[in-house]
Amino acid sequence: MKKTLLAILMVLPTLAFSAGGGVHLEKADYDLHNKESLQRGARLFVNYCLSCHSAAYQRYNRMAEDIGLTEAQVKSNLMFAAEKSGETMTVAMQTEDAKVYFGTKVPDLSVIARARGADWLYTYLTTFHTDDSRPFGVNNTTFKDVGMPHVLWELEGMKKLVNADEMQAHPGTAPKFEAVTKGKMSAAEYDNAMRDLTGFMVYMGEPAKLIRYELGIYVLLFLALLFLVAYPMKKEFWKDIH
Amino acid sequence: MDMVMNALKGLLGWVDDRFPATKMWEEHLSKYYAPKNFNFWYFFGSLALLVLVIQIVTGIFLTMNYKPDANLAFASVEYIMRDVNWGWVIRYMHSTGASAFFVVVYLHMFRGLMYGSFKKPRELVWIFGILIFLALMAEAFMGYLLPWGQMSYWGAQVIVNLFGAIPFVGEELSIWIRGDYVISDATLNRFFAFHVIAVPLVLLGLIVAHIIALHEVGSNNPDGVEIKKNKNAEGIPLDGIPFHPYYTVKDIVGVVVFLMFFTAIMFFGPEMGGYFLEHANFIPADPFKTPEHIAPVWYFTPFYTMLRAVPDPFLGVVAMGGGVVILAFLPWLDQNPIKSIRYRSLLHKINLMFFVVVFFYLGYLGVKAPEPVLSEMGLRFSEVYFVFFYVLWFHSKTRDAKVSYLSFIGWMVLFGLNDLSRVTEDTTQLVLIGSLIPAIYLAVMFLAPLYTNLNAEKAVPERVTG
Repeated sequence: MKKTLLAILMVLPTLAFSAGGGVHLEKADYDLHNKESLQRGARLFVNYCLSCHSAAYQRYNRMAEDIGLTEAQVKSNLMFAAEKSGETMTVAMQTEDAKVYFGTKVPDLSVIARARGADWLYTYLTTFHTDDSRPFGVNNTTFKDVGMPHVLWELEGMKKLVNADEMQAHPGTAPKFEAVTKGKMSAAEYDNAMRDLTGFMVYMGEPAKLIRYELGIYVLLFLALLFLVAYPMKKEFWKDIH
Repeated sequence: MDMVMNALKGLLGWVDDRFPATKMWEEHLSKYYAPKNFNFWYFFGSLALLVLVIQIVTGIFLTMNYKPDANLAFASVEYIMRDVNWGWVIRYMHSTGASAFFVVVYLHMFRGLMYGSFKKPRELVWIFGILIFLALMAEAFMGYLLPWGQMSYWGAQVIVNLFGAIPFVGEELSIWIRGDYVISDATLNRFFAFHVIAVPLVLLGLIVAHIIALHEVGSNNPDGVEIKKNKNAEGIPLDGIPFHPYYTVKDIVGVVVFLMFFTAIMFFGPEMGGYFLEHANFIPADPFKTPEHIAPVWYFTPFYTMLRAVPDPFLGVVAMGGGVVILAFLPWLDQNPIKSIRYRSLLHKINLMFFVVVFFYLGYLGVKAPEPVLSEMGLRFSEVYFVFFYVLWFHSKTRDAKVSYLSFIGWMVLFGLNDLSRVTEDTTQLVLIGSLIPAIYLAVMFLAPLYTNLNAEKAVPERVTG
């Protein structure tokens, strides 16, 4: 009887997991310890994202310190939309204008990596393709009918989706593309650039992430030391009880 | 040195003449005799107290920079995470602490269930405990609105709307709670007030009552033996040891080990894969954009599943509330004179094991979208959850065949009628397969004692073991 019950209980989770699907996500594979990668990501971010998207919780000088640049470097190379390096990354575009241009509000990107996840961001940035039915002539397989144009087209070039039918039939299939026009970068260079950009956005989502792992190790070491005091103390007190 | 000691003694004497400092110290610590055989499960009471202190202290620091304003709240949390010195540590302590509180409290409650700690004479300790659990749920629910992300907003929307399901007064009541027709700035402000002062005050009062009641009757133990029945000439329980220093030094070890787990989560995975901090909560609250899937935080999900298992909104609320409140009646439901699981029947052990599996599975279902198969499972496991309490009563003593069959048939008919009222041509198979879950549970719990000796109990020892 007990075995039957156990068997049923074992089957339940598989029943539960059998449904579902969703989009295929590539691994972002970014490296937060690589300061150059973060700097390249920051450059892409201020050049291509920061014209429409804000990052209203991210300060320029904090970014400088965290990704290994001087304030002067940031000021002369990365700061186009602000006066003082203590300011946050805001944009001039008004919400009302954005609604006219893109049909929707443009989200702030400060914590977008925490909301969407790094893999989603990376996949999203690499899955723009031509689609004549859309206002800007592009669509995205990760975020269908997104309002955003392919702002990185000059780097990547344009590509078309070749397995739309297959993706329709089997949700979760990875998209396949064919280049239509060439960009400044090769496909591999573009993927690496998007890795840098994703890494930067992961950093921006949580600047503390750069130090919290290391700090965590010290805290655990301290607790381990404390245990080496606390446990023998307990043993000593209790030796006459048991 | 002597002079200092004498001065301190003099000071203590001066205080003791005016305030029962030494008396209280002795009553609750140095001369409070606790059973010497506490095991692993007895760490979670003191750990709950530790988490309470963590939450209060970090909460105070968070209020220094948090802004309870619909336009500023989300940004103020990010300000704490970025611009406030060590703000992210404080915030992660608080968010991890919220989940840790429920982990610790669920384990603490399960300890009570296993060793019969709710039974006479500890009924009030248990009831104060359930009230603490209720207050804690209110505290967590209102605190979750404060970051003002999408899940904060829509989770609160869903839960407050539940009050709207109450007949006649529901609609008015939910408006009164929100202070508006939807969750808004007014709601955020009052939830802030409740979260930082009103509920914590109630919580503290209840915890004091919980501990005073406990120290009046004395602690239970893994053997469920009353240590006060065997005392020495001075009136000290033979199996008791002073809480201080024995359990203070032991609990310190528990605290250190607990903090290792706690800080590991805090520093290496504060989001816990989206269960402690939900991903969608990093999108600011937007009243015009309902998220695809609204899932409460993990500690509410078992009860959320019970809510969703019942199609009628009001009855759903009754089921959800009933799932919590029924715990308060345990002392009168389980009347078996044997307290500890150690000496109860194998069948009782299986029953408790089922309960754990059911509770976990209900929790798992609560985070999933309600697809047909999962909804069916939600209903079936909710049925088992509630029958569990009847089974506790049923197993209080040996029942004759008539009561056993009547119990089995009664519940089967009740669930069967419900199935008949909802089954359609498309769902016949699903309902039939699903009905096996409560059927098997009922058969094992009610009929096994008639044909097997699974319900054989063991003799309870005179004194504690170990």
